[in-house]
Amino acid sequence: MSDLRDLYQQVILDHYRSPRNFGALDPATACAEGYNPLCGDQVKIYLRMDGDRVDGATFEGVGCAISTASASLMTEAVRGLERPQAEALIASFLALMTGEGNGAGDIDLGKLEVLSGVKDYPVRIKCATLAWHALRAALEGGDSEAVTTE
Amino acid sequence: MTAPAAAVGNEQRDSAAFDVERLRACFPILERNVRGHRLVYLDNAASAQRPEVVIEAVSDCYRTYYANAHRGVHALSEQSTDAYEAARGKLARFIGAPDSHEVVFTRGTTESLNLVAQSYGRPRLEPGDEVLLTEMEHHSNIVPWQLVCEQTGARVLAAPLTDDGELDLDRFAGMLNERTRVVALAHVSNALGTVNDIPAVVELTRSRSDAAVVVDGAQAVPHMAVDVAALGCDFYAFSGHKMYGPGGIGVLWGRHELLAAMPPYHGGGAMITRVTFERSGYMAPPQRFEAGTPAIAPAIGLGVAVEFLESIGLERIERHEHELLSHTMEVLNDLPWVNVLGHASNAGPVRAAVVSLVIDGAHPHDVATILDEQGIAIRAGHHCAQPLMDRLGVPATVRASFGMYNTHEEVDLLVSGLHEVRRIFG
Repeated sequence: MSDLRDLYQQVILDHYRSPRNFGALDPATACAEGYNPLCGDQVKIYLRMDGDRVDGATFEGVGCAISTASASLMTEAVRGLERPQAEALIASFLALMTGEGNGAGDIDLGKLEVLSGVKDYPVRIKCATLAWHALRAALEGGDSEAVTTE
Repeated sequence: MTAPAAAVGNEQRDSAAFDVERLRACFPILERNVRGHRLVYLDNAASAQRPEVVIEAVSDCYRTYYANAHRGVHALSEQSTDAYEAARGKLARFIGAPDSHEVVFTRGTTESLNLVAQSYGRPRLEPGDEVLLTEMEHHSNIVPWQLVCEQTGARVLAAPLTDDGELDLDRFAGMLNERTRVVALAHVSNALGTVNDIPAVVELTRSRSDAAVVVDGAQAVPHMAVDVAALGCDFYAFSGHKMYGPGGIGVLWGRHELLAAMPPYHGGGAMITRVTFERSGYMAPPQRFEAGTPAIAPAIGLGVAVEFLESIGLERIERHEHELLSHTMEVLNDLPWVNVLGHASNAGPVRAAVVSLVIDGAHPHDVATILDEQGIAIRAGHHCAQPLMDRLGVPATVRASFGMYNTHEEVDLLVSGLHEVRRIFG
């Protein structure tokens, strides 16, 4: 049975109140926007790539605790990863959210596991995955049209 | 089939007190539990629940006499046609329409407004003409006008609101001119509960332009007595599902002389007199605007919903809901971390029982999840009114919207739910 304490863990509340890596990244090599037309939440992801390595990632936008904490934790987790690792992390996180388990097998989601409670709240999964879809779009080149959850 | 509800209603009208518990017993869904709690349904502005008599009327139609209307000569078709047209008569009486031929059945408010935009607006609008809306409109009273303006070269303007979330009538008047062809506005704001002074809007419009006044009444008809003749508007649109009726059915009321001069919206069967490949002749209103097989059982169910509302009495419903609103505002005003939006006048009939609020440090979606965990259904989001959210400077709000069956105990549960939000996010 789902429990609000599993959903709103202290780490999530902390990242909601004090989001890390919040704001535009200058210079950025790619950026992409995510938009959820159902609720109006929007997020913009900035990436600075050093070759194939993620040198920096930031975000800005407005959203709920779940989407803000997810974006904040994501920018921490993705920093320093090589592109294939970053892509695997995205796949693993999305698999976690859809309840398919840690799809990529040996990827350690670490702190991101605190978001696993979201999978018990199906209508909130899109909140948690919004930033990740935008990150994927940014990695694929960015500056394209906003990705949406619909 | 309406006997049980009518009986309850008549007894209630005869007694001094509004017996909300007996009224609740007419709504089967209110019995259910959600996440281990008794359902507290405060999302009536999105869609209300149905009383047993409405569910039964729809079911009875399908069980015992359903056939296509206006088609066959057989017994079932005759019975269905009679019931369908009788429902039209009930709707006409309900809104004070002088003639039931002025009542067009549609799929809902959205289709009604699109119908007016395309059949009334499109042939008349020319480049430079203006369609005047307000900043509080639902998307369904914005986008149809944008579409017709793209087609015609006319433009959409929005009259501003005061900081209290009321239409600024002076500035509205200042925007009216001889290029204004349509004025379209909500009777009651779905996001704020603001009740617009339609007679005043009509009077101003008539004095400064020859524009038609189109009213979105979706949030008004379930909550207050509506008389289109007294309002003085030209079109009035509303939905069945918000007034305790079935989904997929709604109404467009229009002045007969306007409807009679309008081309069809959809083409098809039932709306023609004679069809050849060269040309087709069209039926008079309302059939002209009801192409294809209509939603027969939902229309009949809507007629029963109207009788149900009338048996309780709109004045009594309005008074009860207003007491719930006053109670809610009284408690919320004492909570410094709750900010109620568009909170112009919480007393008097200028506000419907809709409360839109934001909580310091907690996003509306998180509030909604925490309330849902306690069985409390509210709406979080932009309420299909993004320009209004922009005007208010918030991305979203928490909206509690009351219906006739809500109770003071449910107001208290909502407030204790908000305290739980504060405990988690505080």
